[in-house]
Amino acid sequence: MKRALARLLFVLGLPALLFTLWWVASEGSTNVYWPSLRTILRTFPDVWTGERLRGDVLPSVLRLLGGYTAAAVVGVALGAVIGSYRSVRAVCEPVLEFLRALPPPVLIPVIMLFAGIGDTMRIVVIASGCVWPILLNTAEGVRALDSVMSETARSYGITGTARLRRVVLRSASPQIFAGLRQALSIGIILMVISEMFAAGNGLGFTIVQFQRGFAIPDMWTGILLLGLLGFLLSVLFQLVERRVLGWYHGRRAVTRRSP
Amino acid sequence: MSGSRDHSRSRSRTNAALGAAGLAGFLALGEAVPRLGLVSEDYFPPTSRIATALGTELGDHAFWTALGDTLTGWAIGLAIAVGAGIVAGVVVSVVPYLRRATASTIEFLRPIPSVALIPLVVLLYGAELRSVLLLVVYASFWQVLVQVLYGIQDVDPVAEETARSYGLGTWARVRHVLWPTALPYVMTGVRLAAAVALVLAVTAELVIGAPGLGARIAVAQTSQAVPDMYALVVATGLLGLLINVGARTVERRALVWHQSVRGEVAL
Amino acid sequence: MHALLEISGLRKAYEGSGRRTEAIRDLTFSVDAGELVCLVGPSGCGKTTLLKCVGGLLAPTGGDVLLDGRRVGGPPPGMAFVFQEYGRSLFPWMRVGENVELPLRQKKLSKPRRRELVSDALESVGLADAAKAYPWQLSGGMQQRVAIARALAYEPEVLLMDEPFAAVDAQTRADLEDLVRGLWQQRGITILFVTHDIDEAVYLGERVLILSASPTVVQEQLKIDLPGERDQLHTRAAPRFTELRTHVYEQIQAAKREARPGGAG
Repeated sequence: MKRALARLLFVLGLPALLFTLWWVASEGSTNVYWPSLRTILRTFPDVWTGERLRGDVLPSVLRLLGGYTAAAVVGVALGAVIGSYRSVRAVCEPVLEFLRALPPPVLIPVIMLFAGIGDTMRIVVIASGCVWPILLNTAEGVRALDSVMSETARSYGITGTARLRRVVLRSASPQIFAGLRQALSIGIILMVISEMFAAGNGLGFTIVQFQRGFAIPDMWTGILLLGLLGFLLSVLFQLVERRVLGWYHGRRAVTRRSP
Repeated sequence: MSGSRDHSRSRSRTNAALGAAGLAGFLALGEAVPRLGLVSEDYFPPTSRIATALGTELGDHAFWTALGDTLTGWAIGLAIAVGAGIVAGVVVSVVPYLRRATASTIEFLRPIPSVALIPLVVLLYGAELRSVLLLVVYASFWQVLVQVLYGIQDVDPVAEETARSYGLGTWARVRHVLWPTALPYVMTGVRLAAAVALVLAVTAELVIGAPGLGARIAVAQTSQAVPDMYALVVATGLLGLLINVGARTVERRALVWHQSVRGEVAL
Repeated sequence: MHALLEISGLRKAYEGSGRRTEAIRDLTFSVDAGELVCLVGPSGCGKTTLLKCVGGLLAPTGGDVLLDGRRVGGPPPGMAFVFQEYGRSLFPWMRVGENVELPLRQKKLSKPRRRELVSDALESVGLADAAKAYPWQLSGGMQQRVAIARALAYEPEVLLMDEPFAAVDAQTRADLEDLVRGLWQQRGITILFVTHDIDEAVYLGERVLILSASPTVVQEQLKIDLPGERDQLHTRAAPRFTELRTHVYEQIQAAKREARPGGAG
């Protein structure tokens, strides 16, 4: 009981303190750019009504999901091929290194040439930015398949798709997830700025509209909402990761205890 | 075992040749696709035209100024983020209870996308360097901090206790026990932060219009100078490549004494 | 009794950038159905290479491996392999039961049949309760038991074991040796067991093949005329056991000496 209380205190203590600090410091603020937290929180429900959630937040999230999923499928598939064949890897490596090093936002003007400024453009932008970390991490994970595991699979007749699905991709899954995690933060960045770039709807678009219209408290609520979205997606990701990689973390904990 | 060394040397030579072939194929594809009319040259200029445009850019003084601006924002932002990340990471790890007390806050603040701050920095600073720095620092700070925390957590409790039993003070323990153990992780954090910092610097320039390569791309886009735009995108990619390769080299150099250059922690 | 496994004129050489390393020169031997044969030789004599060639994991440079008269080209369904590195041979993302079951899925066995084989195999290695655990939650010896259970459930005609107990402590090792002998007696499977430990080879085997240093040939075949019922305490203390192990020891020393003059070749 006492322990649980202490844990709760540790989890909530600092956030509560920071919240209070912000509240007190901003209370009665006359600076237009820094409205009081009270004002921001009061504005929040007025701005993010059901209609806005449906018309702006949902499309943003769906585009992110679409682009991210496409990147995951393509990245894992190509990464598995590239990781499995040494010569393919050698051929592709310099080009992939370049594509990975390319800061993804510069793809937006390029892709706009092809796909205009619609949803397709945004989904393609998100997908083409997210795919590289997933692809390269998958390739590395697949390449690093343990030789004994590989021989075990062979000697027990585990070949073809079963080998890929149950052995190769599973053994690469820690690296794949590291790539997926990097890709998630890239995806959010691209979701926001692809909407800032070209008019339409979406979270990024709306927030910029608020800023241009000097609706400062509204803009602040948008920033908070984006922050919250980033946090929620990361929590969701962690839940999935913990399920899929439970064995990996468990094994690490065991080998750490007895080196 | 000279045979195996010969073998690995000849393999790396083969790999380099294959890589060069891949690159040549990539460039040739970029030339052929628009030439054959598969994609309009207006959208996708052939490699040779991009190369010409890149040549023109390289001869242009304004290009080098833009490159300098981008590098300035990147370097200052990265330096601040690395310094702050290391100090914060060490303080949080060394002061009792601070690690536990800050864990939830860090987990909350870290995933907040720094581009969410774009509207705010536009209002506060406009297209100044400060805008770039704020975005760069916010994004790359967490990369360093989290790696430092992981690194210090990795310190062998036995070594830590030994140091304590010999009466080493806090500072001495940080210097002789914590820091050497955490260094590989710190270097990983710096490498990741260097890449993230470039992404945010270019993004700020592209979206806000702060001077730099990103702003130059935006100008080329609005003025329909497609080959120039591609040339600038390629230049940005090459800059990114240089930064990645440089960061990896520094990481490896700094860790030659270490028994194993660790892989990235799956965070 | 007939020869289930026939190895004739087996050769294996590795090619590497103009250099040719001969690992196995010329090996001929056979294993009868239901026999337990131990291969023993000085370290680095290509025992593992030999076993991988027999198991179809490595393609030999020359010679033949016949299982029941059929040529072994790749890993045949009639053979199961137990590796030395149990920690890397069991899949850490699968529970113990799933690890044992996976090869059976590939054999397209029905679900009830698979379940029967898995629980039977786990029970016979004394791990009936561990099906739901992950391998890395078990001790080293228990992990190797899981690997043995996986091999048993596969219902092989021949069980190939590559220094399976080299990485476990002495007590566990003795237990596992008795387990292997017990399983062999109960199930009547054919076992080819590779080890560098002379005592282990003599204690386990009905026959011991002594290999020379690399490039490998069969130095001697030795019938182990110890009683069928063996136990750690009495068998190892028996005078005949000591004689046999001394003989094997001398043969291996001789093999090392002979290898030295031409050792570089």
